[in-house]
Amino acid sequence: MAYDLTFAKDVYKKSEMGQWIKMCMQCGVCAGSCPLRAHWQHSPRQLFQMVRAGMRDEVLKSSDMWMCTSCYNCIVRCPRELPITHIIHGLARYAETEKMTDPQQPTRRFAVEVFWKNITSTGRVGEAMLTMRLYFLDGLGAGIQRGLEMKDSAIGMLKTRRLNPIPFRGKLKGFDGMTKMLAKAAELEAKLENHA
Amino acid sequence: MEQQKKIGCYICTGCGIGDALDLKALKAIATKEQKIPVVKDHALLCGSEGVAMIQQDLDDGTVNAVIVAACSHREKAAEFRFDIDLMDRVDLRDKCLWMLDVKDGDETAEEDRQMMAEDYLRLGCVKIKKMNIPDPFLHSEGSKDVLVVGGGLAGLTAARDIAKAGYNAVIVEKSDVLGGKMNAMHKVTPDNQPPYRELGENFIGALISEVENDNRIKIFKNALVSKTSGQPGQFDLVIKNGSTTKELRVGSIVVATGFDPYDPTKLPANLGYGTSPDVITSADFEKMAKEGKIVRPSDGQPAKRVAFALCAGQRDKEHLDYCSGACCIYSMKQAMYVIDQYGDDASTYLLYQEIRTPGQMEDFYRSAQDKGAVFIKGDVAGVSGNAKGGVSVKVRDHLIRNNENLDVDLLVLATGMVSTVDTLDPNAPSPVGTGRDELPGSILNLQYRQGPSLPRLGAAGFPDSHFICFPYETRRTGIYVAGPARRPMGIAATMTDASGAALKAIQAVEAVAHGVAVHPRSGDLSYPSYRPEGCTQCKRCTEECPFGAINEDDKGNPLFNPARCRRCSTCMGACPQKIISFANYSVDMISSMIKEIEIPEEDEEKPRILIFACTNDAIPALDMVGRNRSSISPYVRIIPLRCMGSLSLVWIADAMSKGFDGVMLMGCRHGDDYQCHNVRGSALAEIRLSKVSETLQRLKLESSRVKMVEVNIMDAETLPVVISDFVEQISNLNPNPYKGF
Amino acid sequence: MKEYTFFPGCSSEHNASAANMENSVQSMCRMLGIKLNEIDDWNCCSASIGYAGGGQLPRMALSARNFALAQKQRGNTDLVATCAACWLAMRETNERIEEEAHIKQNLNTALAEAGLSYDGHIKTRHMVEVLIEDVGWDTLKSKVTKPLKGLKVAGYVGCQTNRPFGVCGDSFENPQYLDRMIEATGATAVPFPMKVACCGGALMFSEPEKSCVLTKQILQSAVDNGAEVIVTPCPVCQLNLEVYQGLINKTLGTNFNIPVVYYSQLFVLAWGGKWEDAALHQQVIPAEPLRRFA
Repeated sequence: MAYDLTFAKDVYKKSEMGQWIKMCMQCGVCAGSCPLRAHWQHSPRQLFQMVRAGMRDEVLKSSDMWMCTSCYNCIVRCPRELPITHIIHGLARYAETEKMTDPQQPTRRFAVEVFWKNITSTGRVGEAMLTMRLYFLDGLGAGIQRGLEMKDSAIGMLKTRRLNPIPFRGKLKGFDGMTKMLAKAAELEAKLENHA
Repeated sequence: MEQQKKIGCYICTGCGIGDALDLKALKAIATKEQKIPVVKDHALLCGSEGVAMIQQDLDDGTVNAVIVAACSHREKAAEFRFDIDLMDRVDLRDKCLWMLDVKDGDETAEEDRQMMAEDYLRLGCVKIKKMNIPDPFLHSEGSKDVLVVGGGLAGLTAARDIAKAGYNAVIVEKSDVLGGKMNAMHKVTPDNQPPYRELGENFIGALISEVENDNRIKIFKNALVSKTSGQPGQFDLVIKNGSTTKELRVGSIVVATGFDPYDPTKLPANLGYGTSPDVITSADFEKMAKEGKIVRPSDGQPAKRVAFALCAGQRDKEHLDYCSGACCIYSMKQAMYVIDQYGDDASTYLLYQEIRTPGQMEDFYRSAQDKGAVFIKGDVAGVSGNAKGGVSVKVRDHLIRNNENLDVDLLVLATGMVSTVDTLDPNAPSPVGTGRDELPGSILNLQYRQGPSLPRLGAAGFPDSHFICFPYETRRTGIYVAGPARRPMGIAATMTDASGAALKAIQAVEAVAHGVAVHPRSGDLSYPSYRPEGCTQCKRCTEECPFGAINEDDKGNPLFNPARCRRCSTCMGACPQKIISFANYSVDMISSMIKEIEIPEEDEEKPRILIFACTNDAIPALDMVGRNRSSISPYVRIIPLRCMGSLSLVWIADAMSKGFDGVMLMGCRHGDDYQCHNVRGSALAEIRLSKVSETLQRLKLESSRVKMVEVNIMDAETLPVVISDFVEQISNLNPNPYKGF
Repeated sequence: MKEYTFFPGCSSEHNASAANMENSVQSMCRMLGIKLNEIDDWNCCSASIGYAGGGQLPRMALSARNFALAQKQRGNTDLVATCAACWLAMRETNERIEEEAHIKQNLNTALAEAGLSYDGHIKTRHMVEVLIEDVGWDTLKSKVTKPLKGLKVAGYVGCQTNRPFGVCGDSFENPQYLDRMIEATGATAVPFPMKVACCGGALMFSEPEKSCVLTKQILQSAVDNGAEVIVTPCPVCQLNLEVYQGLINKTLGTNFNIPVVYYSQLFVLAWGGKWEDAALHQQVIPAEPLRRFA
């Protein structure tokens, strides 16, 4: 049913900062402030209205919120002081937990499959491994292709000692504790609800 | 009084006036040419020493009429405020020195400047010679009581405030209860209740008992005003209660008759009114909420999903062309009723064009959002019945460019407000003398030559007032409209409006008691008088007075009501016989001034252009031209008029026969968005001017020699161009052949 | 000697992409007599992209662990970050711990698994805030021995060293602090309308074709306004603007070759530090316009 509020109420409760969506007054300042405006299909304010209109599939399958660069321009400009950047991040994450995202969405792949795994496998970012994993996501051929594109830059960084030639790094001393901590946090996260 | 007048002329030589002008020659104009007995100068006339010099002459009786020749009359008004009736300011600085571009050593330019200054001094001298001391209109049987028509929120607030200020109020309420539409309200928007987030309790009961228990307030219920005659200070009323009548005198009137909701049966078909019992108006919904249960009228089932169509029949050329200003927050309030009643099961939708939240109501808007009301910017494309009960609303959502059916239990239409101020044609024939003293639909039944109603403005039909400067005023002096009768408004605005009208009503009775004008010429003691033997009963004055101040006797002679008069002098300008005048302003005064200006001979090649400028807008704009040091032609001479409405065509003829090459009139904007302080002044001047070509033809002159322009107070930037274009256009014509006659 | 708890962040590790920032910051602090006490065994802050894999609690738990370690090791001494994303993530986590009781409780339940706890009260500051508020403009100027006179610099503030928290109350739309830093070294800050435009951030990794267009516009604006060098406080901006110039030139047909350095590198050089102290040898695009001041 159009404008059924079930989905909106789920988002208000479960998506990070989702409770703020109801406060949007649809002025569109966020849309005009977004550096990726040439690319997305729905502006932040439109996504918010789609939530209120009960358009669950359209919102959660959308690629739009994955285009956030975290520039925070929308957040500082929103006249209603909505934490838009965090709401957008929250919607992306909510789509991910609801298993609604397009698996091929490039930023989703980088963020979920590469970055988060990279930092949780040792405790810190391993830049060389991060880059390699990213490049080879689409297989060996594509990886070599992208590696070649960036060959000069990589050589430049190696030469200036800004890229570790050894891609593997040791783990933190407190790695085990950190891992347990993250497991607990994830467990609590599943039960987390927004407080208005 | 002429012989008793002792004029003193005081010339300031500060601000560069003394350096630029030949003081000796100026003084000679005043003394020798104009025969002013006392002529003095001072290097800083506005300083305490200069002012003391003038005061001294006044104190010892040497003078009793003063000409201050210094800066614009808008400058140093406090310094040059003397307790005398006859005074004039001659502007040698702002509109002379500062407006002329005179290069050092340019003798021609210096001479032109001197000529201008001398002309302005002449004008001042003639003007004061032609002024008489006004004899104020006073009467001994005036009343200071205020009639309040309507006992709703606006009327009760106005009456309470009038009483609080120490005056008596009389409420005339047509129904048998006080409170008006507020009585139907379940809860109210928290317009005056910080933090403006929750529904407010209806407070009308408390206000009613406050008014009922105030012994300064007299209340007539089930009553109408069947007759209003007279003028401020002495309005004589007939109050009718069934078959009994009561006569009463009041000093001023507040009309607080509220609004009628727009007739829902006239609404556009797409809103679906009448197609289902589940499509109702805001007023119907309010009634239901007050009774308790919010249900579908069709089957009595709970109405948990409710849509509100805002702007129903509003901001729509076919219906109400305007925004009623209160329906957004009113609908939010109603959405909260649903949320309060059904909690988590409630779904409320506000279909809006733009959300408008006057005052602090943005916080209320946030609160409605926070409570879960969904706002959809969009239109209702259509409404159809729903098999499960309720209605299906076809919504065109502009935000997500969606066309969806919104299934709801109830659709509430937020219809707008229609002013209840007389729906009678303001140009309807006069009831005076017709024997009809009670016209159905008329609130006051004014016994005015110009009709029983308050004049309205534009298609919206709100009572006409000078929107920018005098919003509370109507075009009937001493009568003020407050609340949604004046323009649509919500609770907070209505109460503020009523307080404002109460104060204006008190101001009016006090002004009348002192024999002075209320506004815009507040404090003016003069009023029009006429020479009956010269009257041809042409009725132009009684027809043209923007304020309906003049009635007619049986023969068509004017009957002036000085307390209704705003002193705009429109009657004076209208009179073809030149028989209407004021003690301090007359056709003869301006004619004499025109005749006093020196016109150079044709072979001197110095044309003269006369500018008549309205003192309200054009003169301040011209002052700003001077202050900006934008230069204008040294050939123009400016005469301020108190209103373009006072323009007498005789002055054009006078100027032409005197030898002026062109005449320019600077009046205010007219039309529905007029800026004329006297509403019709500049519009009437323009109409009169259309007849001037006859005069010019008679004199064998080109009609392009006379031009009227609309000048706004903000036009200082463009005014020099407007003037120079006209001067250039006039220079292309042959000189006026009447020079030197 | 003023001491701070220090959180360098992953990109400031040895042989990592912002090693030039880290090395120059260390030199700068030595010259100012500031001691930076690095948190022992710190972990990644989760950066801004961490939301997707980590959600709220795991993401913030990472920062909470750093705070817990810092509190244990150094008490509530101000924590200084040099990376924009680290500063933002840490500060956001601290704010939510201090303001939202249920977040604080959940995070401490998670921290307990690692034998840690944190109840807030550590102020997270960016290095530029330390320079402006603690060191002060007068000192920053008075230490200059080799003014970078005539050097035309575009001060690129970027996003996260500016939004959402702002630096010392400066404007979000047209912050002045970086231009003032440039002027403090004796150099000239050129007008730079793109000073707070987004470079694409982490999207450079996943969607370089979109980010390159944004970065290109920033580079173009700097060049058009006569800058010889771009200066920035942010390691992601620095990386995107410098290292991706080659790719931008190749894919978008431009011909940029403009060095991109950190504010810390400018200060070290202007205060008489050596080329290597300023880590200017670690530039992928050599900082040739700065040579004349070495």
